[in-house]
Amino acid sequence: MKKITSYCRITDTAVILNGNARDIPFSGEPGPVRLTEIYRSLETAYPKFHKMDNLSKAGFLASEMVLREAGYDMETPDGTVSLVFANSSSSLDDDIKFQHTIEKDNYFPSPAVFVYTLPNIVTGEIAIRNRILGETSFFILREFDAEKMQIFAEWAFASPGIGHVLCGWAEYLDGHCDVLVMMVERESPDGLDFTTLNIHKLYFDQHGNFDFRP
Amino acid sequence: MIKRLADNIISPLGFSTAANYEAVRRGESGIVPGRDAAGTLLSLARLDREKLADTFRSVFRPRERYTVAEQALLLSVHYAVQEAGIDPADPRNGFVLSTTKGNIELLGDPGHDLGPDRIHLWHTAELLGRFFRNPNTPLTVSNACISGACAQIAAFNLLKDKTYDHVVVAGVDLASDFIISGFQSFKSLDEDRCRPFDARRKGLNLGEAAASLVYGNASGSGSYLLGGCIRNDANHISGPSRTGEGLYRALSAVMGGLSPDKVAFINAHGTATPFNDQMEAVAFARAGLEKTPVFSLKPHFGHTLGAAGVLESIISLRALEEGIVLPSPGYGQPGIEGELNVSTATTFTRERYMIKTLSGFGGGNAALLFEKIK
Repeated sequence: MKKITSYCRITDTAVILNGNARDIPFSGEPGPVRLTEIYRSLETAYPKFHKMDNLSKAGFLASEMVLREAGYDMETPDGTVSLVFANSSSSLDDDIKFQHTIEKDNYFPSPAVFVYTLPNIVTGEIAIRNRILGETSFFILREFDAEKMQIFAEWAFASPGIGHVLCGWAEYLDGHCDVLVMMVERESPDGLDFTTLNIHKLYFDQHGNFDFRP
Repeated sequence: MIKRLADNIISPLGFSTAANYEAVRRGESGIVPGRDAAGTLLSLARLDREKLADTFRSVFRPRERYTVAEQALLLSVHYAVQEAGIDPADPRNGFVLSTTKGNIELLGDPGHDLGPDRIHLWHTAELLGRFFRNPNTPLTVSNACISGACAQIAAFNLLKDKTYDHVVVAGVDLASDFIISGFQSFKSLDEDRCRPFDARRKGLNLGEAAASLVYGNASGSGSYLLGGCIRNDANHISGPSRTGEGLYRALSAVMGGLSPDKVAFINAHGTATPFNDQMEAVAFARAGLEKTPVFSLKPHFGHTLGAAGVLESIISLRALEEGIVLPSPGYGQPGIEGELNVSTATTFTRERYMIKTLSGFGGGNAALLFEKIK
């Protein structure tokens, strides 16, 4: 049985890491301000973070917490890890921003904004940060679907040489953030069984009430 | 392995696979000179909106309004399932949609009356399923320029899992002002027709298309997708890696123990941007494929984004079935460091295997391995 060995949930009001709500000072303003607060709490220096769009920031932050908790070595290139992500609104948050730059009376398209008008850029950002050379895939679902997330991760495990899948739901639109990132391991003595029900529970536990450690 | 049962291409070169393939064989291109929203010259392959709307109306007699992307998508799927002789409404049949921007044109038309959900990619997928009265929710893949390969890999997995008996993979994207201005801002568009792998290559042309492939678990003579692989460069979100790491890894995985001299040809991504084409050459050589004939279809269709992987696989499969290697148009002066065997004329081949590759923003690379069985 594959195991979820670490996970992170980020919503507008909570940050939960492995079943525990993280106490991150909250100014009360969701959206970009909140993402920056979470970034500061990690006490990490990764200037590229500030260039990312909100979707990439949200997915990046959750992956950062999960991979640190899993003791991941981000310096060594690793072809055994794949990234399988999904969301509902694709990159619409950044699409709207880019659309404003090509309006008739204000035509000034920016490559720095355009590059984020693809949902899979978040997986690219995480891969670059952690030197992950496995698969990166991005699917669109109307809403979070634990069963589909499990199926997508299983497909990634079927590819040669893959032992870990960082499986994530990364949704960001109009100031609202909804992220779940899970590290799933093919062979691990401990962790939470990688089942549809458990994925569902991790997503819907928004208060850190879930007893994660087996 | 999964079997190709039928396919269709809707592009500026025609509305059937046969019309498109014959146009390619004649060396025709859908790429014509045009201008972007700011008036800058560029060349692109745009669908004839009027012809598309007329055909759509005469085939479906629709009571509602459909966007250009939806019309192309629905028409392409219709032709493909018709050729496959399957009932699209059957619950044992599933759909996979491949698109990067779907109905993005609606963002530039805030007064439209199609509802707030229409912009979403999941809506395009659900509309596709509903239109053909299929009860399943189509899967949507949006993985930048490699989406069309990812969607075929998803079909491979759905059929392997026995989730469905047949899977229709459909790709669609348009050269909207949104997309054109974005690529323009990257300075990656060629004013003239693109020249993949050539020393004079300056960038890509955008193209519009919808393309559909029907796959099933079947046997007998025909074309098969043996497998596919996706790997990341972990190098840059918008720039190809210098070492071709991801593409090399994807190629190694799909080839397994297959000897490179068994591969009839590689249909490369070949966008004609300086860095992409060089990266591909490095990856091919690392995978031992430096002597394998390579061509790009981008000079015929432009870069059709989410449709590219589907459309280019279809044309390449036709060539494999006919036993020929297509030429790579616009190639004259070698423009790649290292060894690369760019196909310059139509040649015959006896080999049964063919590789399709794609690379894209986000550092993703994909390779697909096909075989024809007599």
